[in-house]
Amino acid sequence: MNTTLKVMKYAFFDLMRSRWILIYTLFFLIATGGLLYFGDDAAQAALSSLNLVLLVIPLVSLMLGMNHYYYTRDFVQLILTQPVSRPSVFIGQYAGVALPLAGAFVIGTGVPFALFGFSRQLDAGMVVSLLVAGALISLVFTALAFWMGLANEERARALGIALAVWLGLTVVYDGLVLYFIVVAQAYPIEGAVMLLSILNPIDLSRILVLLQLDTAALMGYTGALFRTFLGSATGAMVAVAALLAWVVAPVALGLWTFRRKNF
Amino acid sequence: MVVVDGLGKSFGRLKVLDNVSATFEPGRVTSIIGPNASGKTTLIKSILGLVLPDAGSVTVGGEPTRNNPASRREVGYMPQEPRFPDNLKVSELFAFIQDLRGVRPEGLDALIALFELKPHLNKPLRVLSGGTKQKASAVLTFLFRPKVLLLDEPSAGLDPVASSRLKDRILEERERGATVILTSHVMSELEELTDEVLFLLEGTVRYRGSLDAIRTATGEKRLERAIAKVMTGEVNLDAASAHLPTAPVREGAA
Repeated sequence: MNTTLKVMKYAFFDLMRSRWILIYTLFFLIATGGLLYFGDDAAQAALSSLNLVLLVIPLVSLMLGMNHYYYTRDFVQLILTQPVSRPSVFIGQYAGVALPLAGAFVIGTGVPFALFGFSRQLDAGMVVSLLVAGALISLVFTALAFWMGLANEERARALGIALAVWLGLTVVYDGLVLYFIVVAQAYPIEGAVMLLSILNPIDLSRILVLLQLDTAALMGYTGALFRTFLGSATGAMVAVAALLAWVVAPVALGLWTFRRKNF
Repeated sequence: MVVVDGLGKSFGRLKVLDNVSATFEPGRVTSIIGPNASGKTTLIKSILGLVLPDAGSVTVGGEPTRNNPASRREVGYMPQEPRFPDNLKVSELFAFIQDLRGVRPEGLDALIALFELKPHLNKPLRVLSGGTKQKASAVLTFLFRPKVLLLDEPSAGLDPVASSRLKDRILEERERGATVILTSHVMSELEELTDEVLFLLEGTVRYRGSLDAIRTATGEKRLERAIAKVMTGEVNLDAASAHLPTAPVREGAA
């Protein structure tokens, strides 16, 4: 545990020094601030912010996570020559990158909402769910980045895989789900569609936020399904639980690979 | 003492170590020699736990090294090419490793002076030359007074001053009773430091004994020629070899 914290502290300072994390925070501050300042109401701003979150966070988490992984590979080897256990080094490295990334988003998005939002009618539940969803997918995609890095010696290859995964989960997946719904609409496919959205962390975070909306029209098919079958509260809990599983699974896989790796 | 027993390691289809057994005694310098890609670095990394062997076991001071980070407490490792994070300064590197270990040994300033690193302490590691990085690596290797030293071509890239000081320091550690395991292609280094040679070829131990015995067996006075003859297989050392695989070797055994 002690080692984990020390490695985490180091990874954190290293990340700070590269300034990417500051740029990332500023990006959210400006984007969210702009949406709130120029938009009419906070709910709309939250929705626009959601779309931004679902595109930008996975991409940036993948890229920065992977960059950090390859950048510190040699240093990790040096750390491992010291009397420290591999799991504590891996968890420290991961947390030292994933938590600042999640934090950058929460600060960059949360602060403008706190400043602007409260003067207008603001649905606190929606903002909170937006922050939770964004933080969780930061953790998910940083973990995926570390795992992809560990599984590929070659940086270019891992980057290609990361981009394909990002494109697949953000764009292609939704298209396929839509196609499936259209083709199979004559059958009772609600369960299958819900399962499909649980299998995609980006869909999950979207559902988590949209469940807080009153207007069912904006919720989309899957969001509406979650509400109809589970209700808003249970639906949100299921979505959060599934997202947490999405964090744990790649971290566990990464840990498994890291423990067996030859340096 | 380091005991390696029946060590085997493959990377994919490539067999790098094949049933390697050896005992490394305290107070002695054992040099692992062999051609490039004969498994020297993999053997050292297996002792350290950076490479996880497929077969066999390693103990350091009686403690098994597998899944046992504490076994590295008494091990100092100098890699072939030290690589450090670019942004970190030399002084920060030393501070971080001490922080990680949770100890602040006294000898740091003396080691910094020995390797003349004072002018470089506030420079980021990325601007340092290969030799200076090697010096920083040497400081970390000796800093915690390890009982086992794993030195993978330690003087590669060092200037004559630093290289001599490094060699003196290695001999000092030997006198102190450290188990020193070394790989080198520098003949003068081998000549000055080696008590005993372990000759690796294609991942197996082919010879264990003294450098003199290699000279005698090959009939070559110059060490480099003698070792080259052994490496190319012109001369077979089986007759000269001490009892393999794990028998402790007496001084000058031939």
